[in-house]
Amino acid sequence: MLHTILVLCPALGALIVGLFGRYLGDRASQIITCGLMAITALCAWIGVFTYMGEPAFKVHWFTWISVGGLEADWSLRIDSLSTIMMLVVGFISFLIHVYSVGYMSHDPSKPRFMAYLSLFTFAMLMLVTSDNIIQLFFGWEGVGVASYLLIGFWYTRPSACAAAMKAFIVNRVGDFALMLGIGALFLVFDSVSYDVIFNKAASLADTQIVLFGGTFQTLNIITLLLFIGAMGKSAQIGLHTWLPDAMEGPTPVSALIHAATMVTAGVFLVARFSPVFEFAPSTLAFVTFIGATTCIFAATVGMTQFDIKRVIAYSTCSQLGYMFFACGVGAYQAGVFHLMTHAFFKALLFLGAGSVIHAMSDEQDMRKMGGIWKKIPLTYAMMWIGTLALIGFGIPGIGGFAGFYSKDAILEAAYASNGSFHLYAFWMGVLAAVLTAFYSGRLIFLSFHGEPRADHHTMEHVHESPPIMTVPLMVLGVGAVIAGFVAFGMVEPEGNWWGGAIFTGPENHVLHAMHEVPLWVSLAPFFAMAFGLGLSWVFYIAMPGTAPKIAAAVRPLDNFLRNKWYFDELYDRIFVRPALALGRGLWHGGDQGIIDRFGPDGVAGTTWGTALRIARLQTGYVYHYAFVMLIGVAVFVSWYLFLQR
Amino acid sequence: MGDWPLLSLVTFLPLVGAGFIFFIRGDEETVARNARGVALWTSLVTFILSLMIWANFDYAQAGFQFVERADWFEGLGISYRMGIDGISLWFVLLSTLLTVVVVIGSWFSVHVRVKEFMIAFLVMDTLMVGVFCALDLVLFYIFFEGILIPMYLIIGIWGGKRRIYASFKFFLYTLLGSLLFLIAVVTMYVQAGTTDIPSLMVYGFDPTLQKWLWIAMFASFAVKVPMWPFHTWLPDAHVEAPTAGSVLLAGVLLKLGGYGFLRFSLPMLPDASAYFAPLIYTLSAVAVVYTSLVALVQSDMKKLIAYSSIAHMGIVTIGCFTPNSLGIQGSIVQMLSHGVVSAALFMCVGVVYDRLHTRDIDAYGGLAQNMPFYALIFLFFTFAAVGVPGTSGFVGELMVIVGIFQFNQWVSFFAATGLILGAAYMLWLYRRVVFGALTKENLKALKDVRLNEVVAFAPLIILAVVMGIYPSIFTAPMNASVDALVSHVSTAFEQAPNAPHLALGASAPASLAAR
Repeated sequence: MLHTILVLCPALGALIVGLFGRYLGDRASQIITCGLMAITALCAWIGVFTYMGEPAFKVHWFTWISVGGLEADWSLRIDSLSTIMMLVVGFISFLIHVYSVGYMSHDPSKPRFMAYLSLFTFAMLMLVTSDNIIQLFFGWEGVGVASYLLIGFWYTRPSACAAAMKAFIVNRVGDFALMLGIGALFLVFDSVSYDVIFNKAASLADTQIVLFGGTFQTLNIITLLLFIGAMGKSAQIGLHTWLPDAMEGPTPVSALIHAATMVTAGVFLVARFSPVFEFAPSTLAFVTFIGATTCIFAATVGMTQFDIKRVIAYSTCSQLGYMFFACGVGAYQAGVFHLMTHAFFKALLFLGAGSVIHAMSDEQDMRKMGGIWKKIPLTYAMMWIGTLALIGFGIPGIGGFAGFYSKDAILEAAYASNGSFHLYAFWMGVLAAVLTAFYSGRLIFLSFHGEPRADHHTMEHVHESPPIMTVPLMVLGVGAVIAGFVAFGMVEPEGNWWGGAIFTGPENHVLHAMHEVPLWVSLAPFFAMAFGLGLSWVFYIAMPGTAPKIAAAVRPLDNFLRNKWYFDELYDRIFVRPALALGRGLWHGGDQGIIDRFGPDGVAGTTWGTALRIARLQTGYVYHYAFVMLIGVAVFVSWYLFLQR
Repeated sequence: MGDWPLLSLVTFLPLVGAGFIFFIRGDEETVARNARGVALWTSLVTFILSLMIWANFDYAQAGFQFVERADWFEGLGISYRMGIDGISLWFVLLSTLLTVVVVIGSWFSVHVRVKEFMIAFLVMDTLMVGVFCALDLVLFYIFFEGILIPMYLIIGIWGGKRRIYASFKFFLYTLLGSLLFLIAVVTMYVQAGTTDIPSLMVYGFDPTLQKWLWIAMFASFAVKVPMWPFHTWLPDAHVEAPTAGSVLLAGVLLKLGGYGFLRFSLPMLPDASAYFAPLIYTLSAVAVVYTSLVALVQSDMKKLIAYSSIAHMGIVTIGCFTPNSLGIQGSIVQMLSHGVVSAALFMCVGVVYDRLHTRDIDAYGGLAQNMPFYALIFLFFTFAAVGVPGTSGFVGELMVIVGIFQFNQWVSFFAATGLILGAAYMLWLYRRVVFGALTKENLKALKDVRLNEVVAFAPLIILAVVMGIYPSIFTAPMNASVDALVSHVSTAFEQAPNAPHLALGASAPASLAAR
């Protein structure tokens, strides 16, 4: 009951406000959606204190699809993993609903915005509580739709429409693989329900299957298809191009969907399917490789961007890489731990950035900011907390911000693991930690410090945001400070955080091994962080002007990074343009040039004259047709008579 | 209720209504008003009666129900025979419902020859219901071909500028198909000595003859579906047809092909079906990719949706020839879903066409600003067409893709590309029509959806959602019939073990083997 209320409250809010928002008015719409979200958040907290570490159970609603052995129910699966996800989604979504009331106060379509946010929350909750892969797909696509609507919220801007479409279509590429993964799961397990799949997975570890004409290790190919789906949703390299563009949406959207919750769905998927991934060594190697590569790739791009939201977007992409390679090396717990802490501090950073943008009269370019920290001290403080949590600030042996615990755990796990690519992941992770600290410092120093670079008019209007925005910021700030310390039990090998929700194979001892790494490994993230932060201080505070000089010195590299490794241009050339050209070619060449020319038009050409002579067109055709039918009947009857004889 | 000839009643009631309209006299306005009224009430009563069929339908029975029989050509083995099973049940209801919807939807948009218009649609109703109920080949043939006559009239009289070309093309394509189908009918009759469909289903034709019969029937059904490369009539016909015509064309007429495959090709010619299945897979896979790409570059709203229909029907034909109940039920669900969703999409086009009289996508933009409810309705059906879970579009697609995956993964792969391409062309359409800034002067005056339009959309929205979240309502009655069909054809498919796998030179049977 608790969970049914938890999941359905946002749906109710979305439905009421989505359909009747214009009659209810702005204030009532905001109260309804925020109020229902408050209930969800409350239920999520109750759930955490009641069900963490308990064995999994189900809340069955009703049958969805039941055809030819394919049985999929609408039901909720409650275990530690879904409980922690419900907390992250429900609580942060509630804070962002509240923040949006302030942030969108000048927007004419407030009810629509609140309805979309609630719709998103509902879909995300359905995703994390799914008990079978089809319901997961429901949530998966549902969040995609909500994300499309929210990115394109300001639909009069061409860039927002383009970004919304891009997000949905690139995600669909991943979903395409996920759909085939569902087909493969059903083929192998004769079921789409988690219980059946997870129980049977171990017994299939050494089997092979013929798919697509090739022979594969059964679980490798299945998990690979699932993981490609996860890459789309979680913006991993290759399918990441939509995420930076998604920043066209209002900032609360970026915080909720494109930082804290939706983009982590891929990590959730891998963790949820840990009983299957654990027996798929090749896929795990691929996960590690992709995660580590994304982690460093996005960090390099993040260093060169000037749009404050894009920097944070690339940072998100990079942090998702950390989570994935944690899963890839077998430390799913560390991945989900980082997912949780990241949700707090990244939402904080985005909302903080939103507060900055709000203060700067909708300016997003950091080159036009600077010198505003005294004017918006609270936002400034919150941005520092978010930054310190992101870069994993802390004193080894004593304690630190949220990211300090989770990122260290991931790097130690990567070092200690015996999975493929684990050292590649470790070193990329350390290097990315340097870059993370650098671009985070750069963001703070560029936007808050130095000489004001905005025009006079804007500077006069710089103001602190109202409490309805700053209170959620502070709550998230508390989370960004303590989440790591409080939930550190997630990566302790002993203890009962998970209650069996995450499976680790018999060979997998990474949670033990990560606590026994050499001292330098434990210290590496600290020095990486300190070095990166120091470097950014030198570049942007101590010796401003250094950065452009260095950029000028390595112009080709700078261009390469600033243009995001030219992924967009590449995809445009090899996918978008050929698809359109092919479409045109098939239409003009195929349909009109070949099929019609030699088909109906050719025949028509010869009969055209006759047709035109018939006075009234429509009667002409009916006549024709009746004639043909008559001939048919005549043939039929004669045949019959012929046979009778 | 049990003693009533329910099927004949549902079939011929609209014809009675059409007769009434025919005799309406008076000045133009009175005639139009009365014709609309009679058409609405007739179609509504017909729909309610068709619901009675569902209410009295026995889910456990695989064979035909509500069977009626009357001698017709005595001694020839040809009789008037009606009956439905789980496969045809929903098509009957879809036909009667869509007739109500088009009568309501075109309440204000048709001004010329209202009387004839309403007659044409009521006659269509009779023929559509009849074709799905007929249990005799000759009877079926009469309905099947007769249905095209009102359609020609609808396109020819109430159509657009190039209606001559469109109806001519339509005519030429179907002409060839009908002739071949007629030959098949005659041949079957000569062989089996009866035109009784249930008897023919279990007759067991000679395998070689099956192939010829199959090709002849294929010629007719493939044009109707339409399958690539017999599809080029559809975009032209849709473009020129009035909205109501497009709704029935997409909603019901395209289903005749799929229904034909399930009712005739599979049960009567199982060996040939197994033999030709790879051909179907290949043509369907090509259709999904090819027509989706073509849809991407269209500048005419109706053409775009017409091409998307062909892609969706590609999924249907794959499902029809998948020898498991997931695939076949998937194809039926996909047909029903397409009947609802594409009908609604054509109505969405109709709404703005009535106001601005152009289908050119570039003439629109920014409608979200002054037509918010329209934007919402269009958005819903866009996502239903894209196949987002929770809408009807998803369920059928999932069932077919997962169903065929069990036999041939490459076919599944190409069918699933529709996921990506479908999203691309539909969202691109939506963006250009509804999103963007409202800058064009003539658009600013457009009014949001009218009450009659909302009433017409409402049942379709409800259906698309119900089918999306609780499809069991629709799959439960068809379970028994489809299972019987599957077990009937599965031997043939097993005896041609490579048949389902030949397409595109793909894989051997998928199987698990211990290492």
